[in-house]
Amino acid sequence: MRRLGDWLDRRTGIRGLLSEALDEPIPGGASFAYVFGSGLLFLFLSQVITGVFLVLYYVPSADHAHTTVAYIVKEVSSGSFVRSLHVYGSSAIIIVLILHIGQTILFGSYKEYRELLWLSGCVLMALMLAMAFTGYLLPWDQKAYFATAVSTNIFAMPLVGSWFKQFVRGGNELGTLTISRFFVAHVFLLPATIFAFVGAHVFLFRKVGAAGPPRTRTTRASTSFYPRQVLMDTVFTAALILALGALAWRLPTELGPEANAADTRFLPRPEWYYVPMFQWLKYWEGQRAIIGIFVIPLLIALLFAGLPFLDRGSERRPWRRPFTVGSFAALMLALVALGMTSYAEDRRDPAVTRQLDAQREAMRVFMSQPFEPQESARSLRGTNAALAALSNPLVAHGRTIFEAQSCDVCHGVDGHGTDSAPSLVGAAGRHPNGELSRVIRMPTAKMVDSGMQPLDIPDDDLAALTAYVAGLK
Amino acid sequence: MADDSVTTLRDPQPRRSFLAGLLALGTTAVGALLAIPLARFTLDPLWRTTTEVLWSDAGPAGDFSALTVPLKVQLAIEQRDGWRKVLSERAVYVLKGADGRTRVLSAVCPHLGCSIAWNDEKGQFVCPCHNGTFAVDGTLVSGPPPRGMDELDARIEEGRLKIRYQYFRQLVPTKEVLA
Repeated sequence: MRRLGDWLDRRTGIRGLLSEALDEPIPGGASFAYVFGSGLLFLFLSQVITGVFLVLYYVPSADHAHTTVAYIVKEVSSGSFVRSLHVYGSSAIIIVLILHIGQTILFGSYKEYRELLWLSGCVLMALMLAMAFTGYLLPWDQKAYFATAVSTNIFAMPLVGSWFKQFVRGGNELGTLTISRFFVAHVFLLPATIFAFVGAHVFLFRKVGAAGPPRTRTTRASTSFYPRQVLMDTVFTAALILALGALAWRLPTELGPEANAADTRFLPRPEWYYVPMFQWLKYWEGQRAIIGIFVIPLLIALLFAGLPFLDRGSERRPWRRPFTVGSFAALMLALVALGMTSYAEDRRDPAVTRQLDAQREAMRVFMSQPFEPQESARSLRGTNAALAALSNPLVAHGRTIFEAQSCDVCHGVDGHGTDSAPSLVGAAGRHPNGELSRVIRMPTAKMVDSGMQPLDIPDDDLAALTAYVAGLK
Repeated sequence: MADDSVTTLRDPQPRRSFLAGLLALGTTAVGALLAIPLARFTLDPLWRTTTEVLWSDAGPAGDFSALTVPLKVQLAIEQRDGWRKVLSERAVYVLKGADGRTRVLSAVCPHLGCSIAWNDEKGQFVCPCHNGTFAVDGTLVSGPPPRGMDELDARIEEGRLKIRYQYFRQLVPTKEVLA
């Protein structure tokens, strides 16, 4: 073991790296107040892992998205559990993110050369919210479809016009291109950017060092990250794993019926962390909407991101910074109040309650039904081609010859190909100007090698057969 | 020195190694626990290979009662391909056995999987790829195939001929079902 360690260390310098990572000094000693960053990192990695596994079965297209998610949930072993981990993981990230930000603001940990650390964290929060937004659409069930239909309308801002909304949606309406765009953002662009910013965030954190408790003169000495803080981080992470695992196991997330744009009665309700914003937008109508949708959130975001530039004193004790701490508390309270108002309004309106109950019931019914495999387009195409063939007598005659000469035996029903011979669809394009009938009668050496036999039939039959083969779709 | 980093720390050494061991054990255990559902998730298609083979309908049994030569029938079979179902057609030959029983032969050549054609003039089955020939009852006459044509399970159910379409391993002298 020791020799293996020496061998590795000689080549990688791993001991130096480990001690660099583990011996980071924590001013004032380890504390459970500092566990949220590690918790977020763990949750993000858990999302990456479960996400990669989900793509093993998921297909990002309007035709298949819902079927493949239903397949994951209803048929694949542990599929419902893995998807539930992913869905609950996104909520857990928002919760731990709020705790992480709350701790940073309460302790004033954004001070003293930590402006860039704070800003990189702000970018990470925006990216995480974008992850939640793009991921929500992907199952393509009713609530995913309608929630995204409503929320993408926000992108049609004055000045910018509706082109930005069309850019996000990949068209005027939600459709298969929207899924492609959201999928690429959710699976490639956003995670790659998050990795980069996590790297920057951790680097900046290590560069400037842990902030420690708010008191300037602390009685407790500084200790290293390992072992006490590592242990606390591990305990918190274990608690997260247990909570997520228990939820995913006992209360798996559900999937609703497939998106149906024609359903005019569906009431979209966003995921809980977007409910305050959803409620907020209700208060802004007509011309003034731009203030509520755009101006006020932008101002709050700018104030939030600019915090280390605005609150620059060296004082870190929360009770000496009532304005900053109070503003953050007020913002949180306002969000909670908006969220609770939204739920209360829904409960007060019997029509809304009835519709929401009906939607829950539809989801329950869908979940109780067995998985229905999707009929492949290929088998449908065969039927269409067969129908088309019958409409033209020459082609119909060609088809009987195709079968009588056992062409179908190798080239498959309707010439769609089998393991023994290629598809004949598009053969006329590959053999233009009458060459098609020549190669049917006298195949090339290469064709003969792979099993095609010369065909000795009357010219009329050959013409019919050629017409049939040329018309294959 | 390997223990440079350790000696600089204030914590007593035995406690540190004990904690390190505990952490390693804990993370390994949790990792293994989480790996179970992910492994089940990934390996799912492996224990799906034994999907039951469905019986396909070939038409009214009366259509096949007076056969003198093998009749080629396009059988519509439904197969599961992951989350989709593929309806495809497979050629089979329905014929009357010596005992008057209805028999069904697969058109897939047991040699390399080409599709066998019935040749009326010769009164034999001929595989177009490598000229394997089979008698009217499907037994091997000549050519490279290692065995005769494969018989499929068939039964009459409510007056209709039902066929259980299966694939068999090629290039072996005995008939082995492929899942």
